[in-house]
Amino acid sequence: MTRTLSAPVTVAFDYTRSTGPVLGRFFTGLRDGQIVGGRTSDGRVVVPPPEFDPVTHEPLTEFVDVAATGTVTSWSWVPEPVKGQPFDRPFAWALVTLDGADTPMLHALDASSPDQVSTGMRVRVRWAEERVGAITDLACFEPVAGLDGVEPSEPGPDRARPQPRNEAATEQSRSADVSGVITPVSLDYIYAASPEESAFYRGLNQGRILGQRCPTCQKVYVPPRSACPADGTPTAEEVEVSQTGTITTFCIVNVPFLGQKITPPYVSAYVLLDGADIAVLHLILGVPAAEVRMGMRVKAVWKPEAEWTYSLENIDHFEPTGEPDADYDTYRDHL
Amino acid sequence: MAKQPAAVVGVGQTHHRAKREDVSMAGLCREAIDRALLDANLTLDDIDAIVVGKAPDLFEGVMMPELFLAESLGAAGKPLLRVHTAGSVGGSTAIVASSLVQAGVHKRVLTVAYEKQSESNAMWALSVPLPFNMPVHAGAGGYFAPHVRSYIRRSEAPTHVGAIVAAKDRRNALKNPYAHLRNPDTTVESVLASQMLWDPIRYDETCPSSDGACALVIVDEDTARASANPAWIHGTVMRSEATTAAERDQVNPQASRDAAAALWKQAGITNPIEEIDAAEIYVPFSWFEPMWLESLGFAEANGGGWRLSESGATAMDGKIPVNCSGGVLSSNPIGASGMLRFGEAALQVRGAAGEHQVDGARRALGHAYGGGSQFFAMWVVGSEKPAN
Repeated sequence: MTRTLSAPVTVAFDYTRSTGPVLGRFFTGLRDGQIVGGRTSDGRVVVPPPEFDPVTHEPLTEFVDVAATGTVTSWSWVPEPVKGQPFDRPFAWALVTLDGADTPMLHALDASSPDQVSTGMRVRVRWAEERVGAITDLACFEPVAGLDGVEPSEPGPDRARPQPRNEAATEQSRSADVSGVITPVSLDYIYAASPEESAFYRGLNQGRILGQRCPTCQKVYVPPRSACPADGTPTAEEVEVSQTGTITTFCIVNVPFLGQKITPPYVSAYVLLDGADIAVLHLILGVPAAEVRMGMRVKAVWKPEAEWTYSLENIDHFEPTGEPDADYDTYRDHL
Repeated sequence: MAKQPAAVVGVGQTHHRAKREDVSMAGLCREAIDRALLDANLTLDDIDAIVVGKAPDLFEGVMMPELFLAESLGAAGKPLLRVHTAGSVGGSTAIVASSLVQAGVHKRVLTVAYEKQSESNAMWALSVPLPFNMPVHAGAGGYFAPHVRSYIRRSEAPTHVGAIVAAKDRRNALKNPYAHLRNPDTTVESVLASQMLWDPIRYDETCPSSDGACALVIVDEDTARASANPAWIHGTVMRSEATTAAERDQVNPQASRDAAAALWKQAGITNPIEEIDAAEIYVPFSWFEPMWLESLGFAEANGGGWRLSESGATAMDGKIPVNCSGGVLSSNPIGASGMLRFGEAALQVRGAAGEHQVDGARRALGHAYGGGSQFFAMWVVGSEKPAN
């Protein structure tokens, strides 16, 4: 048996980004199959356009269409792609200076092997089949056969000089400009409990509630904390506490929210177990929410043993014992 | 060596709204920065260093946002620091910026704090279920509601005091053109009639979710001479403590009391309610006004706070006007909320608070707290240069 318990946890959310006018222009261009750069005060064309001029700090206002072809200025081979990358097969990350731009942009380059990639090679945009106004509209860059080694300064068949956008010609085909993008983020963690917490969760797997006593201040912590938060002393002495305790304070949760596990309304209460010096937060059932009181005596109600895991959720909830309420003075220092 | 004098000569903020979909994060920050620089009659080129603050990265899902923001904030080629102390971060960030000037390291420091709550869901971000644990967490409201209940019990407060504070701050917000909530019909009765969200906290007793930013320009004595109305920094304090510890006072935390005592000492204040003319206190749930009034020493512990709030003493025309701007209850771009308190305090002593100006305010408090009431940041600013 390993010393510590661990379990996977995924934190995922679809973030909604407001692009603002400058990046909105870039994403609108991608949706419409046109890569848009910005001209900075020093005359350079930067792709994607910076929101503010790096020299004058003013908002960037001049936009320039650049070509869908360009030159690799540097690159790195990805032999083992990971989840969320543009390809599930080996590919290159490349810095590509598009024709008409003065700075490179980073994107994936679809190549069969690192032998097919070189600094100075010519590439072109491969558009996604469906474009929505996101960086993924530019599916990747791909090699342009036969154009390797053309000096970037020479005009070539695929070269385009920077041109101010011709608004009149393109406006009709366009729906509203892109003002936001959705960025799904999903992070997979392995959540590891400390050795002391692991002992606590293993205790719960046996129907026991275990804490630890601080050798300095003698306070009993449930769950145990490895070191006393008040004085920093490492804790070691294991103490089994009672399954009965006192509600110190609580709130009635009436509000539904994203990711909620318990259907409101429910009572979330601090329960100070007899023998412990710090309260645990848990669910109160078996009594109407409006009748829950500070000082109410409650006991743990366990799930059927067959459902026990290594979790505080083994205790389904706490419910009133029917004893008289605890005196305020017995828990006033725990508020 | 003594601290060098430092003063706020520029205050800027955005129009706070539920969704500022017209601007990016960088654009939001620049809106506040550009206003602060205009107020200070300086440009980004005049700035020596930039200090940025925001609340947890999970709120917008951008790790270390200061990196991608650097160029837009004008930080290229300059020191850029990011501060993070949860909800108190706006205050801590201003204090870090001021310390760079007080230490004589820089002469002109720009500081900005922001939050774009519309890009995410803070309630979700604060309630991510963890393995092995009981999923009873319910955001910030769920966290603080039990402690509000403890305060009510301990101080024997009548339950309408939270509504009095909420109605007062919402009325004040009508005088602040930047405030998010602008509801002219809020009354004590309407607050009491609003839905109970996290009993004992009602819907109208909670802060909104806002997009917004605040920026300050903090400068040394030489630079401050060019300003007609600098807000001199008379004291700055930060304190923190463990979120959970046996018998930790969750209503009136030790770190809060210690911070207040140190702040008043630094600022040479012996009787805060007599010597402070306006206070901007971090009140995300209305009951925290009486709770912090006690903790800060404006009133006796265990009841003095609610008596002060109930009496009207914290209204704009009261003895100790609190949150004349409308406070966190009217605008809550989390990362910026603390800096807004600090900035609004500066506006008061500069006589620049517009319609919500307290006449003749000479000394004001800016206050912020964060995490599970475990981080505290406070400053006192004054219209006159401190003697010491």
